[in-house]
Amino acid sequence: MKILVCISHVPDTTSKINFTDNNTAFDTNGVQFVINPNDEFGLTRAMWFKEKQGASVDVVNVGGPETEPTLRKALAIGADTAIRVNTPAVDGFQVAQELSKVAKDGNYDLIIAGRESIDYNGGMVPGMLATLIDASFVNTCINLEIEGNKATAIREIDGGKETVTASLPLVVGGQKGIVEESDLRIPNMRGIMMARKKPLNVVEPSGSATETKAVAFEKPAPKGAVKLVSPDNLDELINLLHNEAKAI
Amino acid sequence: MSVLVYTESEDGKFKKTAYEVASYARGIADMLSTTVTAVTFNADETDSLGAYGVDKVYRINNDKLKNFNAKAYATALQQAAQKEDAKVVVLSSSANAKYLAPLVAVDLEAGYASNAVALPDSVSPFKVKRTAFTNKAFNFTEINTAVKIVGLSKNAFGLKEAEGTANAEDFSPELKDSDFNVNVESVDKAKDKVTIADAEIVVSGGRGLKGPENWGMIEEMADILGAATACSKPVSDMGWRPHSEHVGQTGKPVAANLYIAVGISGAIQHLAGINSSKVKVVINNDPEAPFFKAADYGVVGDAFEIVPKLNEKLREFKANNS
Repeated sequence: MKILVCISHVPDTTSKINFTDNNTAFDTNGVQFVINPNDEFGLTRAMWFKEKQGASVDVVNVGGPETEPTLRKALAIGADTAIRVNTPAVDGFQVAQELSKVAKDGNYDLIIAGRESIDYNGGMVPGMLATLIDASFVNTCINLEIEGNKATAIREIDGGKETVTASLPLVVGGQKGIVEESDLRIPNMRGIMMARKKPLNVVEPSGSATETKAVAFEKPAPKGAVKLVSPDNLDELINLLHNEAKAI
Repeated sequence: MSVLVYTESEDGKFKKTAYEVASYARGIADMLSTTVTAVTFNADETDSLGAYGVDKVYRINNDKLKNFNAKAYATALQQAAQKEDAKVVVLSSSANAKYLAPLVAVDLEAGYASNAVALPDSVSPFKVKRTAFTNKAFNFTEINTAVKIVGLSKNAFGLKEAEGTANAEDFSPELKDSDFNVNVESVDKAKDKVTIADAEIVVSGGRGLKGPENWGMIEEMADILGAATACSKPVSDMGWRPHSEHVGQTGKPVAANLYIAVGISGAIQHLAGINSSKVKVVINNDPEAPFFKAADYGVVGDAFEIVPKLNEKLREFKANNS
């Protein structure tokens, strides 16, 4: 089984978000970048398929050279080969098109991407990719088993879950649950050393079109001070919630 | 030309978000001086959409579409959009809508902006404000394709009643076997519980509650308020509560009217996930907890003393105000 895991290069979850160039660009100054958490859950599941079912695992990112440390980390976790499509990621559709070319060239059985990146939260790449390569698609996947040509997946739905089956090739939009938080791997020294020798292939983009453009950013308005209520005066809290906030 | 809107229903009944996206679609249609056409799947009472600005309904009744199926639903929406010459397609931010929208986008060669929080700033160019960086910021996205797809964040627009009649006609999309390449084997859904996605009020517990055995008072508060229960990341990581209750940056987003956090310190990742909620209340014994900076109302003190007392008072309040 050939697996491709799509890796987005995103600010660490603890990052303070700031903008530059008159609020038209994300300020990367002092920001630590990581593997998008939703992708990392998928990558970890791919490692399971590698170890238990002999799958090969490639990772891919669409981005400039600055994303290579993130791909190296994926190699250190255990991926076999990394691919970087050498172009800035501008919008979800462009990324999905670039990925579709890599996916077709590599003839993968299973492609795992995070359900969304934690920076732009577009949530569109896995679904667009599946449609572009005419593969089955399961989003918000919290459990995945592959037996021969058949996948059984559990998908999180609003208020519950649903078990689905599909044939390979399959694209999965992964998230926490596809593996547990405690299953995530911190690369050890041997993994890091080996990752240096693993191939990281840079391929040129196919020049995909974009459909959208993030033209400006804005930070939320600063919040007013909290109104503190004494634990001995909970009637006041109910009064405030009812009459002032109109929330109950 | 029209604005097409995907209106979700369950067991034939429209969800509240169906009326919210209809209201939003009406707003865009007014900016474009055009009409709103809703697409419904196995829904009853399609007339009710008229009260939220829908002019026309394409009513799909098909047993094969009883369970949500993203690809088949996308095919149906694509055909409806083409028949209507739709310029904009509006969906919600439910799990199903987010599954569906990217497929429709490729089918219609349309640019897609998810998590929109307001009507477009302008329709030419088509520019819409959306959340990004998991609610830590907003961005303004321009969509440059002929057809635009917008996913509306929950509770971002609200319901806008309108006067009008929705004329329904039956619509039968042409579905192929290949549209059903993902098969639903079973659905496991709590029928009597309020879901985080649908809830107006969410009551959430954190590590401060010390153990899963102490969740009774959280569930009790949720029960009194008709709320959903949720939890912080450490709580779901430790297995005190199921993953489906984890709210925050890597969990579920919450956009409720009221979010009550008990024993949650308010890590930046947690606050990002719940930031879209309108009113936030925190109960915590640590006055330095970061949540107090994000909340509208706070009580500093021991949750084990405060919550039972608060529940009693809320029960009384509910008895007198319903």
